[in-house]
Amino acid sequence: MRYERPTTLKAAAQMLAKEKGQAFILAGGTDLLVRLRTGFIEPDLIVDIKGINGSKAIQKTATGFKIGAAVSGAELGEHAALKKAWPGVVEAANLIGSKQVQGRCTMSGNLCNASPAADSVPALVAAAAKAVIVGPKGKRTVAVEEIPVGPGKTSLKKGEIIESIVLPKRPPKSGDAYLRFIPRTEMDIAVVGVGVNVTLDGKGIVTKARVALGAVAPTVRLVPAAAKALIGTKMDKAALDAMAAACSAACSPIDDKRGTRDFRIKVAGVLARRAALIARKRAGGK
Amino acid sequence: MSGIKVNTKINGDPVEFMCEPDETLLDVLRNRLNLTGAKEGCSTGDCGACSVTVDGRLTCSCLVLGAEAEGHNIGTIEGMAHGEELHPLQKKFIEHAALQCGVCTPGFLIAAKSLLDKNPDPTETEIRFGLAGNLCRCTGYDKIVRAVQDAAKDMRKSNSRKGA
Ligand SMILES: Cc1cc2nc3c(=O)[nH]c(=O)nc-3n(C[C@H](O)[C@H](O)[C@H](O)COP(=O)(O)OP(=O)(O)OC[C@H]3O[C@@H](n4cnc5c(N)ncnc54)[C@H](O)[C@@H]3O)c2cc1C
Ligand code: FES
Ligand code: FES
Repeated sequence: MRYERPTTLKAAAQMLAKEKGQAFILAGGTDLLVRLRTGFIEPDLIVDIKGINGSKAIQKTATGFKIGAAVSGAELGEHAALKKAWPGVVEAANLIGSKQVQGRCTMSGNLCNASPAADSVPALVAAAAKAVIVGPKGKRTVAVEEIPVGPGKTSLKKGEIIESIVLPKRPPKSGDAYLRFIPRTEMDIAVVGVGVNVTLDGKGIVTKARVALGAVAPTVRLVPAAAKALIGTKMDKAALDAMAAACSAACSPIDDKRGTRDFRIKVAGVLARRAALIARKRAGGK
Repeated sequence: MSGIKVNTKINGDPVEFMCEPDETLLDVLRNRLNLTGAKEGCSTGDCGACSVTVDGRLTCSCLVLGAEAEGHNIGTIEGMAHGEELHPLQKKFIEHAALQCGVCTPGFLIAAKSLLDKNPDPTETEIRFGLAGNLCRCTGYDKIVRAVQDAAKDMRKSNSRKGA
């Protein structure tokens, strides 16, 4: 195995593209190193992206926030402006692992590890975040939900690296939230995760909404029917009931020791309702 | 040896070592540098026995490659006491009998110091959340929490004395 730490994206993409054996990108390493140490993977090449210029930066731009691929969970949590604009995304990223894991883990790694239960992903999908991808053929930008295609599988092609995650600029009166259910209170894998993002008008009526579910399907799921149930309402009981029903209907979960199928379907609705109310409050609604 | 040459600072001192590309920082510390304070409990990021700081940030050294340490400042348990003078957390762990077998202790101390550096007056809940990445199979955690609370109290007192 070789270890490389390039300083430009171009060099990194070329190394990955040229490698004939198994090549892996290393960000925080909190998934990759576990797989390496337990013998699940036997890489020929590891490309550490933490030395790439700009990979550790959180930038406020005219169109929102640009978060470099190597920014850790702890760094996200310490960024006051980002936390204020996207509290749901930051709280989701901060749920990943322990304080030790927070010191290293990244949202790009969480996304590319492609676990159905990845905590930051439903919040990113609800936020309409985009991934900026650099590869041997240049740059492209896709919606984050297009990256994972199944457990452990992504749509990234050989040599492609996520350079950054971009969060859009928010209209006034917007708020987001992420909640997960775990059997413990810390350090566990989501049985269900829900991200909700809403924008209200002056009267407190929902004008825009996005709802995404984690751990209830092979990939994180955007649920347009749940968003539709909220739009045009003040999130009264009927709207929340309809949204919860839409979330439950969108689930196709597995049965495992963490939760049965029926439990996950029910909890998806319950958590979505709670997350929606937190998002509304953060948006300045009642 | 097909090693990689790595330059770091460990507990403030410049250190140069050679390591294999797939060797973890934990293995480097223990097997090459004879810094055996950090322990290997799980090797998968779950137990925190291998806790160190990298540029001041709490990290599991089992989830960092030795090669990744290049150019960074590593803090280990060996750097916690000042010569013979134990850190207040170390003193309080002894006083409160917050250890039995001791395998988890260096990790808890590093994690607790990192917690108190950011939050000098944590609630019990904050301590328990802050230390959730450290597992102890002996003490039942309660004595550890008490020791951290007591050390935090002492450290606040001596800081305010220094400030006055
Ligand atoms: C003890 C412990 C607890 C955990 N708890 C949680 C939890 O509660 N919730 C949760 O969601 N996860 C959890 N995880 C999993 C893991 O910490 C997260 O998925 C984390 O976000 C991964 O980020 P990373 O930067 O460490 O990824 P890495 O391990 O560096 O990479 C993960 C994968 O993504 C690829 N990759 C990384 N960066 C890029 C990029 N920029 N472009 C393309 N591909 C890339 C890598 O090649 C690898 O396949 C836990 C892990 C541990 C060890
Ligand atoms: S040995 Fe590193 S967390 Fe257990
Ligand atoms: S004292 Fe034995 S594991 Fe904590």
